[in-house]
Amino acid sequence: MTAVIEPEAAAGEVGAARRRKEDARLITGRTRWTDNVVLPGMLHLAILRSPHASARIVSVDVRPALRQPGVIDAFSGADVADVQGSLPCAWPVTEDIVHPVRPPLADGFVRHHGEAVAVVVARDRDSAVDALEAIEVEYEPLAPVLDLAAAARDEGLVHPDKGTNRSYTWVFDSAQAGTGTDVADAAASAEVTLHRRYIQQRLIPAFMEPRSVVVDPGMGEYTIWSATQIPHILRVFYALLTGVPEHKIRVIAPDVGGGFGGKLQVTPEEMIAFFAARRVQKPVKYTETRGDSMLSAHHGRDQIQDITLTATRDGTLTGVDVKLIANMGAYLGLVGPGVPVLGAFMFNSIYKVPAYRFECTGVFTNTTITDAYRGAGRPEATYAIERAMDDLAAELGVDPVELRRKNWIKAEEFPFTTVAGLVYDSGDYDAATDKALDLFDYAGLRAEQQRRRDSGDPVQLGIGVSTYTEMCGLAPSRLLGALRYAAGGWETASVRVLPTGKVEVVTGTSPHGQGHVTAWSQIVADELGVAFEDVEVLHGDTRTSHKGLDTYGSRSLAVGGVALVEACRKVRDKARVVAAHMLECSPDDIEFTGGAFRVRGTPDASKTLADTAFAVFAAHDLPDGVEATLDADATFDPQTFSFPHGTHLCATLVDTQTGHVGIHRYVAVDDVGKVVNPLIVEGQVHGGVAQGIAQALHEQAVYDDSGTLLTGSFVEYTIPSAADLPQFVTDRTETPATSNPLGVKGVGEAGAIASTPAVVNAIVDALRPYGVDDILMPCTPERVWRAIKRGGAS
Amino acid sequence: MSSSHRVRVSVDVDGSRYVDDVEPRTLLVHHLRERLGKIGTVVGCDTSNCGSCTVLMGSADGEQHSVKSCSVLAVQADGTAVTTIEGLAGPDGSLHAVQQAFHELHALQCGFCTPGMILSAVDLLRDNPAPTEAEIREGLSGNLCRCTGYQNIIRAVQSAATALQASAEAALPKEATV
Repeated sequence: MTAVIEPEAAAGEVGAARRRKEDARLITGRTRWTDNVVLPGMLHLAILRSPHASARIVSVDVRPALRQPGVIDAFSGADVADVQGSLPCAWPVTEDIVHPVRPPLADGFVRHHGEAVAVVVARDRDSAVDALEAIEVEYEPLAPVLDLAAAARDEGLVHPDKGTNRSYTWVFDSAQAGTGTDVADAAASAEVTLHRRYIQQRLIPAFMEPRSVVVDPGMGEYTIWSATQIPHILRVFYALLTGVPEHKIRVIAPDVGGGFGGKLQVTPEEMIAFFAARRVQKPVKYTETRGDSMLSAHHGRDQIQDITLTATRDGTLTGVDVKLIANMGAYLGLVGPGVPVLGAFMFNSIYKVPAYRFECTGVFTNTTITDAYRGAGRPEATYAIERAMDDLAAELGVDPVELRRKNWIKAEEFPFTTVAGLVYDSGDYDAATDKALDLFDYAGLRAEQQRRRDSGDPVQLGIGVSTYTEMCGLAPSRLLGALRYAAGGWETASVRVLPTGKVEVVTGTSPHGQGHVTAWSQIVADELGVAFEDVEVLHGDTRTSHKGLDTYGSRSLAVGGVALVEACRKVRDKARVVAAHMLECSPDDIEFTGGAFRVRGTPDASKTLADTAFAVFAAHDLPDGVEATLDADATFDPQTFSFPHGTHLCATLVDTQTGHVGIHRYVAVDDVGKVVNPLIVEGQVHGGVAQGIAQALHEQAVYDDSGTLLTGSFVEYTIPSAADLPQFVTDRTETPATSNPLGVKGVGEAGAIASTPAVVNAIVDALRPYGVDDILMPCTPERVWRAIKRGGAS
Repeated sequence: MSSSHRVRVSVDVDGSRYVDDVEPRTLLVHHLRERLGKIGTVVGCDTSNCGSCTVLMGSADGEQHSVKSCSVLAVQADGTAVTTIEGLAGPDGSLHAVQQAFHELHALQCGFCTPGMILSAVDLLRDNPAPTEAEIREGLSGNLCRCTGYQNIIRAVQSAATALQASAEAALPKEATV
């Protein structure tokens, strides 16, 4: 919506545009970033990184560094070889996956620019950084393997001992799975066939807060602060990788400055800081520079996508056949191999596809690892299918919206089992699309496009369509198990009712900008009849929140929020018994309405949660067998994913003389189910759309021929500023999810999934009269200009 | 620190005077964070692109303007007055109009860029009390945000501009307004 959202007349807190509780601290600078942590006796760590993409380490001599002023310790991979082990991959997607050892500190070989080689621990940051220069490393440079397609053909090996660069090949075939027919049959009988190769360039998540970690070794008990999305998962891996018992490890994710998947990782730096602190028995801090972050924090995307659509001449899809090569980088990240595999379920998107095949090969190159970045597999899939649908529409000479409408699942067909084997519970693609077309003035812009074409205007107008769905609410644990993911997908919540009726919530989610404290307070307020202000939400510290699976994959509300509702309902059941006793009636005669426990038919006879809380606290007169607490825990494991969907429309103005692309109008209509806080939802859509536009127009991680990362700072890796982005018009339709009691679906990734193909489709649409049918992302003025000159793909 | 050479620096930060001996190479942002405990000011990059470290700086009794404190040496701040995000609210804790607008209009998510963004906006509105949307976008282009897509930041700055103008008019003597 273009107008400011006013607090809506929601029946309760859920649905109201509550201003965030989180803000008071963040707008006054009273923040708790990991880098703010200062402990008595704390030392500082600096890391020497490889200048080579591939090299044998002949020798490392840290002794000169030890003689520098203020230096306490210095060590290399060889010095910790017997304890450092290998960084984890929790998603070995196939039984025979090639999974090379990945030591936190390189030992013997370096396999990407920026890999950690040696460290200095010193009294302050400057002394540590200065002393790095004294470390002597002799490398024997090796020829790096950089080109993804060549790497897939094993032209040069990243890990010669493995004999191949191909880590795994993961296949889904609807004929074999019994969810559809055979793509080979569809191809044989196709009236229309469209082959396309799309390139997902490599991106860098570029969260604004650089990663930071502080390890305090205490007396055999380790307290670790980390700028991470996953404090709970990190704690488990610290225990597994270091031998320190889990109950002697406390992980705290304080204020965390963005993540977007980029902080969903167990990092070399987290392990190195741990080893350093254990060696010196002092607290140790490591805060990366932006340059470190660009080199070492995982990257995202980076796929070669071959997609074939088959259809009848009237535009009915008969098959989708996908072959991916996915760049893993030099090693496997925490969930890296699974990222493109998540996309396997999404190439069929919202369409009724009879035959589907997906094949993905994960390939090593001498580059920084890739892993989750906003959307993680789903933006890549959506990009390919939505680009291909626009191309198919152009080939058939039909309107791209109408081609989609012809093929998508109709509202009355839900629940719908897709060719990829998922059951979509709900959706209304017509409603969302019609609303978007209306807001966009689709017909008016098509007329404007024609006028510019007819007049030969040097500035051409293009319209890009993107209809999408995504799988959110990661994830049903059984399904994750079937996909060979090491962990489950449940989430947990505890509700503690204090004697005065105030409520503390402990959540296993780990927000880093998403506003859980606010949204969770709204949920509790409605469920328990307490004031929004009377709810405290605790998270991100394994001492207070001992269990959880953290925040990623648009899962927090759809899984963690539902766990919270279930915990609240257990509290209500307990309080109902106490209220009935106080009101001298049977619990069956008590109903919870208007925020209080009332005697059915005598609504004036009522008790609030606070009344029952104090009665339980005093415990003078509880019914026999009732324990003196209202507290409750709940763990929710979803039975299915949730499926947000929507329609994004983009109009671009393309200057055919300069190649400049301007976004003329952007409309996003998303259906994320029930909304707890429309302000937060709108903010998530804005941010997601911005990141998707950035992929389309601005961002790419670039290596040179020697494997040096050229985009090593914000000078070269150009995330958009306010001046680079347009206004977005956002709106919603609301088809509640049927798979959870809140009816929610998730919103964190939707914008980033939908927007990229909308923008590129709009550019290509503007330039089809010039013979252009594709432009590599990011669609820079140079690339657009060259495509126009060449009259074809860039 | 590794160098023995030190330079005396006196700087007023958020209304208090701090006198320290610092290494000549020390950046103002590190001085603020590590010596003075002004941890509300943060470091987001090494290249003065992101603006997360933005503070207001000026002569002790004159105007202050936004600077990226990663691009100022602590010694350059000698004799100046600096306002960080921690000193922007009134002594009674009342929020500055820009802070209030960022809250009301959901102009922040993770909040890491927010101190710099707010202080840049304060400076922008002092220079141009009624900026257009394009002027706000251009004026804040030295501050990067990865969460919000900027739309609510723009709204917040527009809203703060209106609020500041209204309060400025209210503060004028009656005859001056006719």
